[in-house]
Amino acid sequence: MNPHKRSPLVIAAASLVYFFLYAPIVILILYSFNASRANVTFEGFITETSSRVVMDGSLVKASPCGFFHWYCDLSRNDDVIEAAENTLTIAFTATIIATTIGTMAALALQRYDFKFKPFSQLSLYIPIVIPEIVMGIGILTLFSQTFGALNSALNLTGDSRLSLGIWTVTVSHIAFMVPFVTLVVQARLQGFDKSYEEAAMDLGANEWTTFWRVTFPMILPGVLSGALLAFTLSLDDFVITFFTNGPGSTTLPIYVYGLLRRIITPQVNALSTVWILIVFLAVLALQWLQSREQKPAQ
Amino acid sequence: MLQRLRESKSMQGALLALPTTLWLLVLLIIPLFLTLVVSFGQRSPDGNVIYSFTLDNYTRLLGYNTDCPAGQSSCFDPLYVNILWRSLSLAFNTTVIVITLAYPLAYFIARATPKRRNLFLFMVLIPLWTNFVIRVYAWMMLLRKEGAINIALGWLANLFNIPFAPLEMLYTPGAVLVGMVYEFLPFMILPIYTSLEKIDNSLYEAAADLGANAFRTFLRVTLPLSMPGVVAGTILVFIPVMGTFIVSDILGGRQVILVGNLIQRQFLDARDPTFGSAASLILMVMTLIVTYFYTRKFGFGEEIVSA
Amino acid sequence: MTSEFAVELRDVVKRFITPEGNEIAAVDHVTMQIKNGEFFSMLGSSGCGKTTSLRMIAGFEWPTEGEVYIEGKAMGHTPPYQRKVNTVFQSYALFQHMTVFQNVAFGLEMEGVKESEIKQRVGRALEMVQLTGMERRKPKQLSGGQQQRVAVARALVKTPEVLLLDEPLGALDLKLRKEMQLELKALQQQLGITFIYVTHDQEEALTMSDRIAVMSKGRVQQLATPVEIYERPVNKFVADFIGESNFLEGKIKSISKDEAVVHIPALNADIRGMPMARDMVNGEEVIVSIRPEKVRIVESGAKTDGIFKARVMNSVYIGSDTHVYAELDGVRLKVMEQNRISRLDPSSFYNKDQVISLLFLPENTLVLKKD
Repeated sequence: MNPHKRSPLVIAAASLVYFFLYAPIVILILYSFNASRANVTFEGFITETSSRVVMDGSLVKASPCGFFHWYCDLSRNDDVIEAAENTLTIAFTATIIATTIGTMAALALQRYDFKFKPFSQLSLYIPIVIPEIVMGIGILTLFSQTFGALNSALNLTGDSRLSLGIWTVTVSHIAFMVPFVTLVVQARLQGFDKSYEEAAMDLGANEWTTFWRVTFPMILPGVLSGALLAFTLSLDDFVITFFTNGPGSTTLPIYVYGLLRRIITPQVNALSTVWILIVFLAVLALQWLQSREQKPAQ
Repeated sequence: MLQRLRESKSMQGALLALPTTLWLLVLLIIPLFLTLVVSFGQRSPDGNVIYSFTLDNYTRLLGYNTDCPAGQSSCFDPLYVNILWRSLSLAFNTTVIVITLAYPLAYFIARATPKRRNLFLFMVLIPLWTNFVIRVYAWMMLLRKEGAINIALGWLANLFNIPFAPLEMLYTPGAVLVGMVYEFLPFMILPIYTSLEKIDNSLYEAAADLGANAFRTFLRVTLPLSMPGVVAGTILVFIPVMGTFIVSDILGGRQVILVGNLIQRQFLDARDPTFGSAASLILMVMTLIVTYFYTRKFGFGEEIVSA
Repeated sequence: MTSEFAVELRDVVKRFITPEGNEIAAVDHVTMQIKNGEFFSMLGSSGCGKTTSLRMIAGFEWPTEGEVYIEGKAMGHTPPYQRKVNTVFQSYALFQHMTVFQNVAFGLEMEGVKESEIKQRVGRALEMVQLTGMERRKPKQLSGGQQQRVAVARALVKTPEVLLLDEPLGALDLKLRKEMQLELKALQQQLGITFIYVTHDQEEALTMSDRIAVMSKGRVQQLATPVEIYERPVNKFVADFIGESNFLEGKIKSISKDEAVVHIPALNADIRGMPMARDMVNGEEVIVSIRPEKVRIVESGAKTDGIFKARVMNSVYIGSDTHVYAELDGVRLKVMEQNRISRLDPSSFYNKDQVISLLFLPENTLVLKKD
């Protein structure tokens, strides 16, 4: 019996689902080359290159970047660049902190017994079983109430007033990322044989050396996949960011959302395409690195 | 002190878990508690919270209004109850459709040769890695009156000489449903795939050996063993659909209002955090009840982190 | 060397709390002294406390009561990395992310040994276990036997006074296991260090050990040389666990220093045997034990003491021996006879329901205390 045999019905259904998954993305990318500034219908590609942008009504006839007009346009958009910087700053900071403390918690939950262990374990499921918006407005209430109280208690005025910004977004992102990191690392630790660590200690390594020389390298793949998951969650997050951001801490999803409620030029499509491309290449590079790592060194 | 720490396993464990636990306590648990407190408060004229104990926000949500038309002391306004019901049924419909779409694909991937499996899985992940907001936007472009779907339909109609007027698809409940299905489909595919992939091939052989045909093998072996994946996927889809407001905001316009939109507006436009908090708590209770009964029946698999 | 004993356990107790909340003593008042340079085995079935005892010597567990001494020094809560013993793990526990060389070098690195010396000593250790040339392999690229050798080299490169081995051959197939048994024994004799070896395989323990501690239910049942353990088991458990034994219940009729006469009610006869405990008294309920290969099948005409007529129930040919299951007044006995003469149908001599005569010699018959 061939285990890989599938009925044509399954293959047809699977193909349709793949089509459903990809059609919107293909259209999205196609429209990033749209000559029409209004971007409602597809009016053809921008075929000509010129020293200056030539418009005919709302149609771009020619541009210094030609075919890639909207990408050039995008690269000159300071708001986008600031939003991209914010997004990456938040994602990197939050990922590093969440991965560190999440891995520690996973070790604690998997290896040790301590007083508040059931509470710790249970709290990890909060972001899974509670809608993001509930967490979002909860965190917003926490910040606004404590900031309000502190600002008036400490007589803070002007710029020194506590307010929402990049750090409130980062801190909130960590809160919903940590449980995912912890659960992923915990799952990896479940299959971890304790005798590796005992062997290291038996050979003269103390607890600290044992962790860094043996435990950590062995759980690293789990930690990395936890970190990757956390990073993508942060990049993708809209709801929590929506409620916790303030002036100057707009992220790309928030920026795009803002645009969708106003005028949409193909610049948004160009932005989306660049985003997809970067994520795609990053993941491809990661996969490549991983496969190289796993190759046996003969 | 250090000596004690070295010997006390429980102290080490507590110390390791402390940062995460504190973080979750301060940023997830205390905020939930605050929301509860605020939901019993009253709105001040400038949109702030007056702490008190009143059930007004809850009675208003459930439809018992205090400001009724003249002459009536109490009256029922189903506005918010309808919103809650709409959210619940949308989440239910989305989940059912997502399972129907995700299962064949997950099955297809799980039964592919190991080499191709990774590629097929990767193809599921790529759309997931494009941004949530961007994905909604893509559908906005597709569903518009001048959008790709209408163009394709028009072309088909022309081919068969059928008169065709572009369909009004954007800003309808259907558009919101399609958007939700699209957004959360990968979150169902991955856990189902994980549980299908775990099934040992010898089980299929055993079933065949015992005389079950392909269909019966599927019903009696594959389906029950993949249930943990379906359960995990349902939790990963149902709960976020209940609380999402962007999809309905962009694809539903002002036509399709869900609990998420209601809550969001209280905090931004209407500036009534007390009412928003009450709505948010009702939403949380609704999802918790559904999750509780659902997982009590089917269990809570580890597939939940596979996505 | 400061002490006559390499390792000593004095009245050691280790209690665990089970997941159900019950307290159980995995090791229950164990005392043993392991001499320098000896090959010492702890033998017992799973859960007998042998591995826990070994882990307490290594320092992975601490005794609840009592004390472990290594080279005469009380260990207390000394962590594993400060003990001069090294362990070969059942699962080998080779670091998967390191090469063979890095695995073996790990322990020396921890001691801060110079790089040039590490290279030299690792080389010698790998040579000792015949793995020269495998330095750059990863553990996954090695066979089970090779991994086992790496685990031994990794522990021995630290030149420990005592090597602890926790069922090190358990994962190998039978043939390889026999080979490795001889190799390990040779290695131990060559190095002259103490080996403490945990196993559930009695044959392995009998083959390799200078002395064996037979353990059960957290206690040491008998601690003696292999010959003593087999020929003079102190109680029914040991007689039953090591090899096979036929048991008969009875009551002492008369007793002297080296002979006891036991009345066996089931046979309505007396059997003479050697008392295995000093404190037996007349009238005490005891168990008479005799090994299958020590029961003799004799000519039915013979007229001596200790001959019993039995009926053959079944006879099984197993190559070197024939096993005869016989019934003696309702008591079932197993008798083993070597097939010293080549013939095609050995069972033809012992047919079902055939009556044979069995001889119990007093020097082959042991009188054991009832628990």
